[in-house]
Amino acid sequence: MEILVCVKRVPDTAENEIVVNSKGTDIERGDLVYSVNEWDNYAVEEAIQIRDNAGGSVTVVTVGDGDAEEILRREMAMGADKGILLSDDAFNGSDGKGIAAILKAEIAKGQYDLILTGAQADDGAAQVGGMLAAMLDMPYASLVNKIEIVSDKVIKIGREIEGGNQEMSEIDLPCVLSIQTGINEPRYVGIRGIRKVASVEIPVHGAGDLGIAAGSVGAAGARVKRVDYFVPPMGEGAEMLEGSTDEIAEKLIELLKSKGGIK
Amino acid sequence: MTQPIFAYISHKNGTADDSAFELIVAAKKIDPAAAVTAVVCGAGAELDAVCSTMAAVYPDVWKVSNPALAYPNAEVLRGVLVSILPAGAITLAPHDTFGMDLSPGLSIKLNAAFVPDVVGIEGIDGANLKTIRQEFGGQVSTHVLCDISAGAVLNVRSGCFLSDDSKASGSVTDKSGQAGDCKAKRRFLEVVAAEVGDVDITKSDVLVSVGRGIEDQENIGIAQELADTIGAVVSCSRPIVDAKWLEKARQVGTSGKTVKPKVYIALGISGSFQHLGGIKGNPFMVAINKNPKAPIFQVADIGIVTDLLEFVPELTDKIKEMK
Repeated sequence: MEILVCVKRVPDTAENEIVVNSKGTDIERGDLVYSVNEWDNYAVEEAIQIRDNAGGSVTVVTVGDGDAEEILRREMAMGADKGILLSDDAFNGSDGKGIAAILKAEIAKGQYDLILTGAQADDGAAQVGGMLAAMLDMPYASLVNKIEIVSDKVIKIGREIEGGNQEMSEIDLPCVLSIQTGINEPRYVGIRGIRKVASVEIPVHGAGDLGIAAGSVGAAGARVKRVDYFVPPMGEGAEMLEGSTDEIAEKLIELLKSKGGIK
Repeated sequence: MTQPIFAYISHKNGTADDSAFELIVAAKKIDPAAAVTAVVCGAGAELDAVCSTMAAVYPDVWKVSNPALAYPNAEVLRGVLVSILPAGAITLAPHDTFGMDLSPGLSIKLNAAFVPDVVGIEGIDGANLKTIRQEFGGQVSTHVLCDISAGAVLNVRSGCFLSDDSKASGSVTDKSGQAGDCKAKRRFLEVVAAEVGDVDITKSDVLVSVGRGIEDQENIGIAQELADTIGAVVSCSRPIVDAKWLEKARQVGTSGKTVKPKVYIALGISGSFQHLGGIKGNPFMVAINKNPKAPIFQVADIGIVTDLLEFVPELTDKIKEMK
């Protein structure tokens, strides 16, 4: 099974507080720690497990600048066979459709049976996988939390739906699936693993290599544009307890008692 | 603006989803004068029941009946919508597990712009619709301009456009003849019900809920001890289940359990909308988190910015002393 996994480099929200810059044009990116989007990590792990059972290869691809190479190497250290970086100034400012169009152009150059994305990334949009599938005329399923290979023509999948229920379907190959967290336990990647792939060459494809017309992607081609970042005025918000640990604990106990929180 | 607006109506067992009553409110925010049509797809008597409910809310209802639509398969429904919707339409759908499955691909096939997870609508500005979204798990918001000149698909977050008791005496138009072949490369098999755990968190008045901030599986004991001391049950947010530290049956959220406690103590939970979506009945909420920017502080009654791993054991000891 030839598997392609689309990944994204994002600010790691577990490591950073996200703060809007003074002009509201962006978040403060100076000190941010970046990592691979959490959902993508599950997608890559799933791809590796499928390959190890059914044979084939795993390719990881991302749209980004030179810095995005580090996450491709990280996923290769996990076990992906190959990385491809899609990078071009013309890609900057793409909306979700633009990113999907860039990925589609790369996919058209290969032969893939299964294309995976994370269910969503830092912007919470959850859109690229579904758009990509529609562009490729492949079937699609979002929020996939189970994959069972039935044959080289069809697989069985579970989707996580409301209330923790699981919707089971069969889907023809080739297809695009967006992967939900919890589908597996992504393996740990150590420094040694990263060193092993440090010198592997990662091809970089630009708009020209992909046959993408200037203006069809990037800011020029985007119909959906972020205008600013802001923090909405807090509603009433929480009453913040301050003081020494003792004082806070005592106040909290009093409140919990009055609300029936201590039996 | 002269573009018609359509709302995709989710329904189950003959009852329309809450989103059906919210999408018309969102539509009026886009254009108070727009003609808004509810699109209801399904089969049998259940479909007719939903259509008549919607006709009391929407001025127009389009009904699409086909045995293949008895269970909502996004791929089949995309085909139906592409064949019935006029060019340039603005289509609204709920940002839930179905809408996430349907809308991105629908926007491509309609050649319309797509805005996912819309939490606010500010109105039309020239060719653009100005909407509000959130990023980074709700830590920051953004204004998003969407060029709607060739139509748009908007996925709308639940609970952001509260039902305004819209009344209508709408007419139902049968569009079944235009539904197409309803064939799909993805075929629904069955729904597997969520596993039942050894503890029913929906039955407890007091929940001590742990999130990513608990940092380590071993630290869950800290939450358990507090819960034991105050007579509460331990629940959790999604990352704890993903890490397999607690069973799925303890997860609060749209993809987990919906709970209605009197008191909810959130330990190291950032407060994503998916998590908060599982907390109903407006409980007294205490949030303890070391990130002062955590969105949970906007909805909690009481907030404490501190390291829960140090604070919670001290709190537990103090309560024990009192007893």
